Amino acid sequence: MSAVFVWIETFKGSASPTSWEALGAGRLVADKMGVPLAALVFGENANAVAAEAGQYGADKVLVCDDATLHGFRLEPYAALLAKLVMEHQPKAVLAVGTTRGRELLAAAAADTDSGLLTEVTSLEVQDDGSIRVVRPVYAGKILSEAAGSPDGVQFLALRGRAFKANVPKPDAKAEVTAVQPALAEDQIATKIEGFEEETGTVNLTDAAIIVSGGRAMANNPKEAPAGTANPEVWKAQDGFENVLKPLADVLGGAVGASRAAVDAGYIPYAHQVGQTGKTVSPDLYIACGISGAIQHQAGMRTSKVIVAINKDAEAPIFKLAHYGLVGDLYKIVPALTAELKKRLGK
Amino acid sequence: MPLVCIGLEKEVCTLHVVVFTRSTPDTAARVEVGKDGSVTWGDAAMVVNPWDEYALEESILQAKNAGGKATVIAIGPEQHNDALKHSLAMGVDEAARVWDAALEDADSLAYAAAAAGAVKKLGDVDLVILGKESIDVGTDQHNYQIARKLGWPMLSYVSKIVAVDYSARTIKVERLLEQGRQIVTSRLPAVISVMKDINEPRYPSFIGIRKASKAVIPEWSLADLGVSLPPTRTRTLKLMNLPAREGQVEMLDGTPEEQAAKLVERLLEEKVL
Repeated sequence: MSAVFVWIETFKGSASPTSWEALGAGRLVADKMGVPLAALVFGENANAVAAEAGQYGADKVLVCDDATLHGFRLEPYAALLAKLVMEHQPKAVLAVGTTRGRELLAAAAADTDSGLLTEVTSLEVQDDGSIRVVRPVYAGKILSEAAGSPDGVQFLALRGRAFKANVPKPDAKAEVTAVQPALAEDQIATKIEGFEEETGTVNLTDAAIIVSGGRAMANNPKEAPAGTANPEVWKAQDGFENVLKPLADVLGGAVGASRAAVDAGYIPYAHQVGQTGKTVSPDLYIACGISGAIQHQAGMRTSKVIVAINKDAEAPIFKLAHYGLVGDLYKIVPALTAELKKRLGK
Repeated sequence: MPLVCIGLEKEVCTLHVVVFTRSTPDTAARVEVGKDGSVTWGDAAMVVNPWDEYALEESILQAKNAGGKATVIAIGPEQHNDALKHSLAMGVDEAARVWDAALEDADSLAYAAAAAGAVKKLGDVDLVILGKESIDVGTDQHNYQIARKLGWPMLSYVSKIVAVDYSARTIKVERLLEQGRQIVTSRLPAVISVMKDINEPRYPSFIGIRKASKAVIPEWSLADLGVSLPPTRTRTLKLMNLPAREGQVEMLDGTPEEQAAKLVERLLEEKVL
């Protein structure tokens, strides 16, 4: 089967929304190459997700719902993907470059001695069958144009939110084929012992809207309770929880932070945006009390609309922003939350 | 979090950790593509790839705690000796650099094959610790490919090493994933990549810097490692500066309420809400 493969990432039996972006990109590649688009769905509930993949534009789906594939582990997933690549010799293998997507594609590419390009933000199939891509390098400070070789299987890990999903067609159906796993449980060296899910938080890299706070979060006018060991940290933490989070909530967005805020202990590292944190590309990024160091810019400069709220009118963030509001974030953010509640009817 | 040695007496609890590093431009550097199409970063210093600092610190902690040793390896031309000397100054025990003209246009597969070859040459390695990604190449794909070329299990995004059990030859770690924290065990030898919140990297000591400056770092060729490279399947065509941001920032003035109202108006027009 000459085809384009797209791996559909699932979590607890549901497809990750960004997976449909990969299927959208895969559709473009498959059409240009004149080959069918095959989705790969591994793990629990694979058949239901396969039906959904058909609605999102897959011609075929290879499914494997085996107990060894319940909960992502690199070894069984990579072994199965590598086996399918060897058997079917697809032209290309695509996935969104989430934490799991990147390691799966890298491992299967290594197993099959195939080329892999990651963090792909745009792509074009050339007449000779090679796929030419643009990807950020040097922490997003410059761009690289690179190409895969049509002599081998071309693996591409896509930047999340860089490609559009197809509009699902309720009547569209794909041809579903069940495949066997490549490894048995006793051949797998890693065992998952527990998972502590973080609920109630929106995943930063998937978020369409991000509200981020910086060092100025410590300028909270609220008084820390008497006896608080570190009033500055208390004020900043209170600000993230009671001022920024309500704005993120009314927007259905996630809370981010600058490195300065994370290093000062205002908020956990999982929220850090920037060169040593997460790279994000939301539709709307609201930077509150963030000066905009080059390392922070590297992580958020591809956001569609950037709003900067800062006391210092000279802060570098205003050079990057589309809309600038000079003033105290502790006055502006609550006003913004109230205005949005009114306008969005919440 | 110190390593917990289970199953063996402390005196015989040894561990050989290998850590990889490379020199990259300082994170504050303004990186640009020059007229000749090559990357420039002005007079900014080269530093240890920022993610590798956590891997180096963890390798020192783990080796020290187990009475074992840590070896740092860089793959690249001589400029990467700076990162190796920084690693030695931090307290890593030994260093080596792999370089060969054939690696000049290496993609991640070739890099991984060379790295796996270096680990095999050392022979007695229990654990490979890697930084989350390399900022110059903008990817972490080589991490997973080193593990596959070694045929060892890979545990990525490790935020904590919970325990190492010597009698059972297993490692237990906590991984930070998009949806939460996972506890997972694996057999050794294994490859792990570590996150920023695993530790606080130390600064090199004065004595460490003096010792490192005198260190002679061996250079290994691919022939020394007995590695033949897989065919190169990807190539970089050109490097480009970021497109200039279009338009000027629009400043929204007034009282906080007026600023908020103006902003919401604009955001509704932009259809981002």
